[in-house]
Parts: sequence; C-alpha cells; structure tokens
Amino acid sequence: MTPGDAPPPFAGALGPNLLAFVRLLRRAGLPLGPADAMEASRALTLLDIASRRQVQAGLRATLVRRHDQEEVFDQAFALFWRDPEAAKHAAAMALMDGVKDTSRPPPASRRVAEALQGDRPPPPPKVEEPPPLLEVAMTVSERERLMQMDFEAMGALEIAAAKQEIRKLHLPLDERPTRRFMTHPAGARIDLRATLRESMRTGGEILGLSHKRRVQRPPPLVVLCDISGSMARYAQILLHFLHAVANERDRVSTFLFGTRLSNVTRALKNHDAEVAFEMVSHLVPDWSGGTRIGDALETFNRDWGRRVLGQGAVVLLITDGLDRQGAAGLGEAAARLQRSCRRLIWLNPLLRWEGFQPKSQGARALMPHVHEHRPVHNLNALRDLVASLSSPPPRRSPR
Amino acid sequence: MSFPRTVEATRQLLAAGGYVADTALATSVHLALAMGRPLFLEGEPGTGKTEIAKVLAQQLDRRLVRLQCYDGLDLAAAAYEWDHARQLMEIRLAETAGVTDRERLSDDLYDRRFLTERPLLSALTGTPAVLLIDELDRADEPFEAFLLEILADFQITIPELGTIKAETPPIVVITSNRTREVHDAIRRRCLYHWVDYPDAARERAILRLRAPGVPELLSAQVIAFVQKLRAGDYFKLPGVAETIDWAQALTALDAHELEPELVDDTLGALLKYQDDIARLRGAETAKLVAEAKIAATRLL
Repeated sequence: MTPGDAPPPFAGALGPNLLAFVRLLRRAGLPLGPADAMEASRALTLLDIASRRQVQAGLRATLVRRHDQEEVFDQAFALFWRDPEAAKHAAAMALMDGVKDTSRPPPASRRVAEALQGDRPPPPPKVEEPPPLLEVAMTVSERERLMQMDFEAMGALEIAAAKQEIRKLHLPLDERPTRRFMTHPAGARIDLRATLRESMRTGGEILGLSHKRRVQRPPPLVVLCDISGSMARYAQILLHFLHAVANERDRVSTFLFGTRLSNVTRALKNHDAEVAFEMVSHLVPDWSGGTRIGDALETFNRDWGRRVLGQGAVVLLITDGLDRQGAAGLGEAAARLQRSCRRLIWLNPLLRWEGFQPKSQGARALMPHVHEHRPVHNLNALRDLVASLSSPPPRRSPR
Repeated sequence: MSFPRTVEATRQLLAAGGYVADTALATSVHLALAMGRPLFLEGEPGTGKTEIAKVLAQQLDRRLVRLQCYDGLDLAAAAYEWDHARQLMEIRLAETAGVTDRERLSDDLYDRRFLTERPLLSALTGTPAVLLIDELDRADEPFEAFLLEILADFQITIPELGTIKAETPPIVVITSNRTREVHDAIRRRCLYHWVDYPDAARERAILRLRAPGVPELLSAQVIAFVQKLRAGDYFKLPGVAETIDWAQALTALDAHELEPELVDDTLGALLKYQDDIARLRGAETAKLVAEAKIAATRLL
C-alpha cells in the first residue's frame, strides 16, 4: 500500500480490538490463526458495523467452527463489546501474555474468564476504576469443586509396549468391506482405468490387466467406560488402554461415565499420555463416585448416539454392571443402544471365577441387550484386556 | 444475477424465495456470497438447511447441482469418470488408422470427450451453479479429503488431464446432520452456521408461507405446542418440516383447534420414535395442549 492510499476501514479502534478479540477466543480454546483474524476483518468490511447483531453473526460465521464453540463465542462477544474498557484491558492482558494455555476445561464462562485473566492472578482493583472483569471471575468460584484423579504416566518403554499390545487387538467383525476399491494384484475386478493408463506405455496395446479389490477397513469404535468407585482399581489400566486405542486406531470415540457421561475423545487423542490424562482428569467430574449406568446410556443415546454411531460402529461397553440406581431405565437404554449399533460388546471385569453368573440388578438388565458378553477374569495388564477382546466371540447363552 | 449488497437485501432475497431467515443466517449467507466462501450448515434434521441452497439457486437464477453424500461415495460417482468403453474403441480406431505416435494417442485418449461429468465437475464447468453437497456427514473421510481442493480453489485435478478450474466459482452449500463429526480441515475452509430451531414468530411466518391453508388459530396453537414440545426431553425433537406436516395433517382433518384426542391421533406426523410417542400420549398431551392454547393467545 502506498502512503497516499486511504486507510483500511478499521485502522481505528476496531482493528486492534478485533485482533485482541481473536486472541481472547484463542485463549478460551478456539483454534484460530492469523488467517482467521484476516477473514473476520474482511467479513466486517462487508457488514453494517453499526449493527451489533450483524457484527456478532459475521464474526461467529468466520471464527466459530463447531456448534459447541458458539457458547464460548457468544459469552466472549457479549463481554468484549459491552465495555470498551474491558476490551482494552483484555487486549492488554492478551498482549502481555505469550504462554499458550493448554488446559481446556469445558464450562464456557470459566474458560472465557480464565482467558481474560491470563495466567496471572487478577490485577488489584484500582479505587476509581474497578476492573470490569471481576464479575466474570466470580463465576469461577461458583463452580462445583471437581474431584480430580492423578494417573501415573507411562514411561516411553511402557508406551511402546502398550502400542505393541494394542496392535494385536482384533475385535470381532473388525474387517469391514467398504465401497471403495484399491489396485491389488489379487483383486477380483479389473481396474480399467489403470489398465488403460498402463497400455499407453505400449502404444495402446493391452498386455496385462490391472486388478482392484475392495478396501477393508475396521468399523468405528465407540468405547463407553465405567469409572465409578467399584471400577477404580482398573481405572489406571483402562485409561492406558483407552489412550493406546485412541492413538493406534482410526475413528475411535471414547466416553467415560460414573454418575455423568463425559466425552473425552479429543483429550485422549493427544499423543502424550501425560497431557492426555491431565486433560481427561479436568474433563471428568465424577471419578470413583457412584454409577448410574441407565442414565449414562440414555444420555449417550440422546446426545451422542446419532453423532458417533454412524457407519456401522462397534460399541465396547466396559462396566461391572453395579448400578447405584438399581438398574432403573438400564434395560430400555441398553436395548436402544443395541439397536443403533452394529455390535454391542460388554466387557465385564467383575468376574473373577469361571462359574460367575451376573446377579446384580444392573447386570441382569444389561445381559439380554448385548450382542456379546466378555468377562475378564483377571484384569491386571493391558495384555489380558486385549486378549479377551480379540478371542473369538463366546457362544451365546440362550436368553 | 448479481449478489445482494447488504444483509437486509440477502434476507429479502431469501424471503422472496419463500425462506424466512433470521439476521444471523442472513449474515452468514451474505458473507458466503460476498467473500466467495463455501457455507457449512450444520443442524438438526428438518431445520431447512437444504432448502437454503434451493432458494439461492432459484433466486440468483443459477443451476442447482446437488450431490447427495453416502458412505463410500467415490470420485467416479461424485466428480468424474473416464468412459473406458469409448477409450478402448478409440484405441481400435487409432490402430486401423495406423497411428503410431504414442504421445498423440495418449492425448487423444485422455480428451474431455471421454470424461463423464459428475456433480462436482459439472458445478465447476458450464453455466454458474449453486453446488449443494448434502449430508456430508454420511460420506466417509477419504471423500472429505478430496473435497478440500474443490472448496479451497474451486478446481479439480485430474491426473491424466490436468487441473480444471471454475470460470465462475460456484456458490457452495454444505449441509450436515452431525451423524459424524466433519473434519476440521473442511470447517476451516467454510463459513460455519448452526441452523437452530426457529423461535415462535419465525416458525409462524414459515408456516404461513409453506402451508397457507392452515387457519390462524390452529396455526398459532400448533406453533405453541411444538415450541413447548422442543423444550422437553425427547429422543428426536420435531423440526420445522414436521411442524408443517402436522399442521397440514390437522387441516386435512378439518380441525380448527387443538384437542388432546386429535393430537394423540396425529402424533405420528410430529414424533418419529415410538418411545417419544408413548411418553407424550395421554396425560402429557392434555397438559401440553392446555398450555399451548394459553400461549397461542399471545401469538395471535
């Protein structure tokens, strides 16, 4: 731009403010880069910036990628545009701060508040001008105190060993033909496109045929894992299992439940087990508490089932079937879950001897609605878990 | 036809096509048109996502190219396919004509003549189009990866032929029902908009446009009932499409007002899961009908 050109439309207050706003959102956990800020500023030139609703909608369209980010965005927007002083303050805080915040606990108000505060304690309030952020910071203390769980992180060797084990994991129905083809010498079909391309080398003479066959691919895996008190002894090993599965396999969704259901899929995809566990323990409020399996499954069916059970998913339900609520609603929820997935596998670590019959109300309610019941008699190592899941399916006992 | 210049003009354009949009949606559509970016619409089924593309095509006088996604959708069905039979014939003809120049044969064989256009390629060539990629969540990840080139640069690279770039970039509308999370890479290339259930006033306007035969009182009560129902804890909440269906069903039964028995008999138009219907039927229906009648007086 030459000095003679007109200044860009938002060279005044809005330009830096927009950048500060994007920085604030980034600190609140939205994955935004400089390109996004540029897109947002371009969007603003196309809108009536006197209209707050248009500005909000325009920034939302350019800066939000997922429905669950909208709440964070709207809160941040309301805060940011309500009070120019707050905006300046936030901008200054964001500028001072170069540290990337990695912990992302879910409640939006707290995330925004934390993002506004930076990593430092809030500045001491000035007498004549109380910081407008105080009101937000207060909501943090109102949040329930969450119980957190510490996990021993695995060493590098242990991680390598765990991955070895997970590669041996072979769930029933693990090879699914897709509708996609790949060139393969032993394929049953002729790949005409490849054959013709090959023939170009020999002046159009077809000397040999190329073949193709269907691509085989494991189905999506959804793991629902019980982390209540009665399962506490297995928590460590289960979490390592879940982490290894999430990183080794394609298309894995992971949910933990005790009295509530938490989606920890994204957290567990973190390659570093330590970081992953740290994130998971922040996400999950109910370690080693009671169990409400029926509620958890119902919540899963309603909120997540349709989003993660597509394309023939296999569901792995890990629980001992001990339900605090005496199995209320469990049968119906399990029945619906069974109908909406390809295969429902119940992995039950309670059984410690061969002749065990599921006696608890929860187990009895669950039993008729699973495709497979896999007891683990001795769950001391990842190997036992993998071996149990990979063995051929047990004969179904008559209902 | 040129694009609307303001958000309000966009809203009016959609309204002229029979689509009642709120400010947020009109802003997203306006930005998508003005910035030349694909519009990614996510939301519950029956909230009018697909309809936006149809109305845009009709109002901007563009061709609507629709690609319905499904699991295993591949290049041959989505973008282009070589016509191998005709290519083989071409080789034969070249043989009889005594063509020995291998380069020329290759050029002749991979000519646009032998390329069968499927929706994605067709949206890039020919007259300006609105490209609707419907229910992208039903396709698998490899297909999403393929879409990236089209969404970013409005071009398709065909190995044998080269890159085909759109002369007039199509207006791209992608919809998803969230049966699977669509990858971030796709989202990054689009403007995102979550299409929510409309509020009572907007739903009433939609109903008036879509089902003009429904009496005013009934329409207000239907809207109030559905709005109350959506606050409940049901497995599948009714979308706008269901509201319209239900209002038309009630009108066909000559209803002038909601009555509990009538509602019970027609619940199938509104709720699509037996568990939900069983939960609502009876006492719950009577309660909601009574509440809806009171709420409807405020709507009228």
